Amino acid sequence: MSFKIERVPAPVWMRPLFIVLAVFITFLLVSTLVLAAGASPITAFYELLIDPLTRTGARADILMLATPILFTGIAVAIAFVAGYYNVGAEGQLYAGAILAAWVGVQAEGMQPYVAIPLMLAAGFLAGMVWALVPALLKAYLSVDEVVTTLLLNSVMLFFVSALLNGPWRDPVSNWPQSPTIATSAQFPVIIPRSRVHFGAIMAVIIALATWWMLSRTRFGLELRAIGKNKDAAKFLGIPVKRRLIAAALISGGIAGLAGVSEVGGIHYYLIGTLSPGFGYTGIIVATLGALTIPGVFISALFLSLINRGSISASRELDVPVYLSDVIQAVLLLVTLATLLLTQYRIRRER
Amino acid sequence: MPVIELRGITKRFGSLVANDHVDFDVETGEIHALLGENGAGKSTLMKILYGLYQPDGGEILINGSPVHLKSPADAIANGIGFVSQHFSLVPTFTVSENVLLGHEGGFLIDKAAMKQRVTAMADSLGMNLDPDAVVGKLAVGQQQRVEILKALYRKCRVLIMDEPTAVLTPQDTEKLFETLRHLQAQGMSVIIITHKLNEVLAVSQRVTVLRLGKVVGRTATADTTQTGLAEMMVGRKTVTVVRNSEHKVGDLAKLDVRDLHMTDKRGGLLLRGLSLSARGGEIVGIAGVAGNGQSELVSVLTGMAVPQSGSVLVNVQPMPFGQPKALAKLKIARIPEDRLRGIIGDLSVADNLMLEQSDQFTSFGHLKNRQIRENAEKLIRDFQIKASPNDPARTLSGGNIQKIILARSLAQDPEVIIASQPTRGLDVGATEYVHQKLIEQKQRGAAVLLISEDLDEILVLSDRILVIYEGRIAGEFAAENADIQAIGALMTGANLSPEAGLAGA
Ligand SMILES: Nc1ncnc2c1ncn2[C@@H]1O[C@H](COP(=O)(O)OP(=O)(O)OP(=O)(O)O)[C@@H](O)[C@H]1O
Ligand SMILES: [Mg+2]
Repeated sequence: MSFKIERVPAPVWMRPLFIVLAVFITFLLVSTLVLAAGASPITAFYELLIDPLTRTGARADILMLATPILFTGIAVAIAFVAGYYNVGAEGQLYAGAILAAWVGVQAEGMQPYVAIPLMLAAGFLAGMVWALVPALLKAYLSVDEVVTTLLLNSVMLFFVSALLNGPWRDPVSNWPQSPTIATSAQFPVIIPRSRVHFGAIMAVIIALATWWMLSRTRFGLELRAIGKNKDAAKFLGIPVKRRLIAAALISGGIAGLAGVSEVGGIHYYLIGTLSPGFGYTGIIVATLGALTIPGVFISALFLSLINRGSISASRELDVPVYLSDVIQAVLLLVTLATLLLTQYRIRRER
Repeated sequence: MPVIELRGITKRFGSLVANDHVDFDVETGEIHALLGENGAGKSTLMKILYGLYQPDGGEILINGSPVHLKSPADAIANGIGFVSQHFSLVPTFTVSENVLLGHEGGFLIDKAAMKQRVTAMADSLGMNLDPDAVVGKLAVGQQQRVEILKALYRKCRVLIMDEPTAVLTPQDTEKLFETLRHLQAQGMSVIIITHKLNEVLAVSQRVTVLRLGKVVGRTATADTTQTGLAEMMVGRKTVTVVRNSEHKVGDLAKLDVRDLHMTDKRGGLLLRGLSLSARGGEIVGIAGVAGNGQSELVSVLTGMAVPQSGSVLVNVQPMPFGQPKALAKLKIARIPEDRLRGIIGDLSVADNLMLEQSDQFTSFGHLKNRQIRENAEKLIRDFQIKASPNDPARTLSGGNIQKIILARSLAQDPEVIIASQPTRGLDVGATEYVHQKLIEQKQRGAAVLLISEDLDEILVLSDRILVIYEGRIAGEFAAENADIQAIGALMTGANLSPEAGLAGA
C-alpha cells in the first residue's frame, strides 16, 4: 500500500475546513514555546481565537481592525486577478490619506454628507494617481510593476514624513502630524461605544461592488482572461493594455480608500504611522482568500481575529507580546501552506 | 513477450470514463499506432504509461513484470520516453545542453565528450543536427528531433509520440518516419498517435483503435486499409466530402490583400510584396513549404501583427492592422494555427465560446449568463464538442479544443474566414466535418482563405490554389487544372514564372 499525491483542486467550500486544520497544526507547533513561557497552550489558544468572539467589545474591535485590510485586500485581489502584481497598496493608501486629510481640514463648515463623499472621492483619486505611473510603464514599456510599485511605497513614506515635519506640522502641538480634520468630515461611529465607523460600511459596499464586477461583468471576465493568458486575451480582441491600466487604477483607488477610512474614521489627522503595513497585509489577505472576494472577506476577518486575540492573550497569560506575534506568524504560514494543499489530493493505492 | 503490456487500465475524470478497461501491448522492435477519435482517451492512456496520471484500475507490465509508475521519473527509469506535442526544451540552451539537461551524470560536465555522444546518437538515426545550435532558433521539426534524442539519452526503449506529425510539414514527417525506422532497427519500440490514416499505414506494423475509452479494434497494419481503419474508429461507414461547385462565385473581392511587406527584427524579409484576393463564394488555398511567410500572413490577417507597408481591404473597407477587436466587427472569422493562442485554458468552455463576441452577450457591461450558457450548449451540440459548458477549457482533449475555436468563429456568419491549419489534430470524422463546414460557408457567400501544410487538404477544398514562396505569391492554379507537379515545383522555388508576385495585384 502506498500514498500518492495528485494535483486535483479541492472544492472551494472545503477551504474553511483547512483553516481549522491549520489552527490545529499551529497549536501543535507552538505549544512547546508557550509552555516554555510558562503558560498553558490551551488557554493561549482560547484567548487567541475564541475569547475575542465572546465579548462585545472585542467583536467590535475585530470589525474595526478588519476595515482597512478589507480595502487593501480587495485592492490587491483585483490587480492580481488581472495578472498585475500591484504591491504598492501601502503607498497608494497614504496617497489617499494625504488628500483625504487635506479635504477634511478644508471641510470646516460643510455638511457631513458633502464632506465625507468629497473625502472618499479625493482619496480614491489620489490612490489612482499614485498607481498611474507604474501602470503606464507596465502597459507601454513592459517595466516590471512589482519593482515600480514597491519602490514608490518608500517614496511615499518619505514624502509623508517630509510633509509632516515641514509644511504640515501641527501648529498647535508641534507634533509631526497634520491639523485635525473638521468635525463634519469625521466618520460617524456605527456601533455605539465602539470604534467601528462608517468606513466598515464603505468596505462592505466596495466588496460587494467588486464581487459583482469580477463575476458578473464583461470587464471582470476580461480581467480574468488577461490574468490567465495574455496572448489569447489579445487574440480574442480584449484591449489588454487598457484593461491592465484600468485594473491598476481601480486597485490604487481602493487602496486609497483604506487611507481615507483610517484618517476619517480612526485618527482624524494624518500621521506617519497611520498604517502599520495595511498595504502589505492586503497581499496576505488577498492570497489567503484565493483572490476571490468572499475569500478576501473571510480572511480579513480571520486575520483581525488573531490580531485582536493576540493582544488579550499576552495580557491574560502574562507572556511577552512577541510570543503572540510568533503564534500569529506561524498560524499565517501554516494556513498558507494548508491552503496550498487544497490544490492536491492524496490517494491510497494498493 | 511484449515490452509493454497494459491490462484493464481504467481512468476516470469525475463521472467521465476516459479509459475503460483498456488492454494494450507493444512488442519489442515494433511501431505501434494508437488511433481514435478526438477525446477517445489516447493521450490519457499514454500519460498513464508515462506516470503522469495514476490509473483507477488495471496494471502495467514491463518486460512481463508489474510496475508502479508513480511519476515520469519512474517511467524513464523503466525505459519509457515521451515526446508530447508541446516540447519541454530550454530555448536558450544548445542542442547538446538540452539533451543532457537533468541527466548530466556528474558534478563536472565534460562538454567535448557530451557533444560527441549527442552527435554520434544523431548520426546513428540519420538526423542532421548541429549539437551547438541554439534550440530556440531551430525549426519545429528539428526541435522534435532534440526531444527524441533527449529520450534516447535517458536510455529509453519505448518511445511514445503524441501526435508528432500534427506540427510537421510533409517533408519533416517523412524524415521523422525514417528516424523511427532507424530506432526500430536498433530494437526499440515506438507508440505513435496520429489522426492521419495514411501515416498509420506508412509507418506502423500494428494498430490499436480506441473509441469512447474502450479498445474497439486491434489489427496488423498489413491487414487493413484507410477505410477499414476509419470505420473501426467511428463505428460506422464514413462518407467523403465532395466539392460542390454548384454555386455562384461573387464578382467582388471580399478579401483583398495588397502588397504586404514585413521584415523581422533583424531586417530579414518575411513578406515581400504579397498580394492576393478572395471573392465571396470561393475557397482560396495557400500552398507552400512552411516558413515562406504563411505564419506572417496569418498574423497580419488575424490582427496580431502589423506589416511595414501594404493594405488589406475587407468588403472594400480598409482593415486596421493589429486590432483583433476590429476584425470581429468586419466579420472576419479567425482560426489560428496555434490553438493555445485562441483559448484561455483556465476559463470555462462557455466563456471561451463567447469572449470573441462579448458584445452580444453583455448589456451595459453586465454578462447575460443565460445567453452565454445557451450559446455554449448550442455550439457544443452543433459541433459535437465533448465537453460541458462549465468545464475549464484546459481539460478538453486536443481535438475538442480545436472544435471550440471553430465553433465560435464559424457560428458568426463570417464574411471572410482565415483558416490556418483548421484540421490540425482533428480525427477523420471531425476533419470531414470541418471541410463540410468550410464548404457550407463558401456556399453562403463567405470568402475563405485556407492555409494548410496538408497539400491534399488544399487540393480537395480549394477553388483556386496560390503557391507562396519566399514571402510572395509565386503562382496561381484553378482547381480544375491543378497540376501537383507544377505546384510542387513552385513551392520549392524552381521554375519561377515571370509574373511571380503579381497575382491579384
Ligand atoms: N485532466 C483532465 N481532467 C478532466 N477531464 C480530462 C482530463 N484529461 C482528459 N480529460 C477528458 O478525457 C477524455 C479523453 O481525453 P484525451 O486527451 O485522452 O483524448 P485524446 O484521445 O487524446 O483526444 P485528441 O485526439 O483530441 O487529442 C476527454 O473527454 C477529455 O475531456
Ligand atoms: Mg490527445
